[in-house]
Amino acid sequence: MSEQSNGANKPEFWRWQENVWADESRDWRAAKAITVGIDVGSVSSQCVIVADGELYAYNSMRTGNNSPDSAKNAFKGVTEKTGLTLNDVHMVVGTGYGRVNVPFSHKAITEIACHARGANYMGGNGVRTILDMGGQDCKAIHCDEKGKVTNFLMNDKCAAGTGRGMEVISDLMQIPIAELGPRSFDVDVEPEAVSSVCVVFAKSEALGLLKAGYTKNKVIAAYCQAMAERVVSLLERIGVEEGFFITGGIAKNPGVVKRIEKLLGIQAMNTKIDSQIAGALGAALFANTLVTKQGALAPIAF
Amino acid sequence: MIANYGYKDGSGEYYISIDTDRCISCAAGRACLTGCPKGMFENMTDDYDDEVVQVKQQFRRNLAYDCADCKPSGGHASLPCTTACTPGAIKHSW
Ligand code: SF4
Ligand code: SF4
Repeated sequence: MSEQSNGANKPEFWRWQENVWADESRDWRAAKAITVGIDVGSVSSQCVIVADGELYAYNSMRTGNNSPDSAKNAFKGVTEKTGLTLNDVHMVVGTGYGRVNVPFSHKAITEIACHARGANYMGGNGVRTILDMGGQDCKAIHCDEKGKVTNFLMNDKCAAGTGRGMEVISDLMQIPIAELGPRSFDVDVEPEAVSSVCVVFAKSEALGLLKAGYTKNKVIAAYCQAMAERVVSLLERIGVEEGFFITGGIAKNPGVVKRIEKLLGIQAMNTKIDSQIAGALGAALFANTLVTKQGALAPIAF
Repeated sequence: MIANYGYKDGSGEYYISIDTDRCISCAAGRACLTGCPKGMFENMTDDYDDEVVQVKQQFRRNLAYDCADCKPSGGHASLPCTTACTPGAIKHSW
């Protein structure tokens, strides 16, 4: 992916790929239950449509200036792709830090429960430990075979080990964010992790390393290693069980994922589904269960 | 469910964990709510519709400081929260 530009033609290296997808092999009109999950995070927002309990469509985009608009825009992206309207939807569940500000949701469920439920769908009922590396927080979750949370821990005190931290490094190095992971392996020797896990200090430390003669790739490798060490220390607090699954945007960065796997001595499970939609997918699946139990609810217009 | 609230920073790990399965049929009459002098705990309905307690949002990033009065540097035999919670649902990591 090449870098994009803003209006002033300044390259935006941090900008990750926004994505709209629908299952062209199915027709939502044939489904008995259409449910929606909206995940409004601090950095990205997703809308997922589930038809009869199966993933049907999604939109993943950057969070805008406010949560209600981000939720509406995320939903709008899917409606444009599928032709579906709010009147066709049987229930909407909001999640993420902006979950209480989704104007058309019937219920709000925490991202912890939703990520566990989404990971259970994406990775199967063998998933037991979930690491969610979101935009500005990081969560370690244990779940049972049904995707029900049994233990969780969340770090939202600083942006270290999160997508926002990676965006900062991408901009600083002037390298498109999708290239950071692969480039982190293109080094003569694996460097030590940057010593600071704080994004602000890591930034000045990264500049110092460049001045000291480190290549950009080596600085990126040192930052990926620091992120990996940071999240592994979080995971170690609750322990890691077999069936290890990573959700969130950083799951797409092999530079961090491979280093986490090495530190833990365990391989993360694979999925063909975009790791960033796990929370919204879980929310839509919760909505599907509620429709099955309680029946459909009238749409809340926005 | 074990819910861990808190953080890890350069000075250490500061987590309060609550075994929420014990809160569902609390045998202590929710004594944690009044037992903590700072009022750090509150009732909530969790995502699975169980009535449990949680650490209030505003305390989760400052536990080392907020709990300091209960943990004098000379050491402590017991904490008001863990003493009040006779079902043994509350644990501190530090
Ligand atoms: S006293 Fe203990 S078991 Fe009862 S609600 Fe409080 S934390 Fe839960
Ligand atoms: S240590 Fe003291 S301030 Fe901290 S939770 Fe327990 S009772 Fe409250």
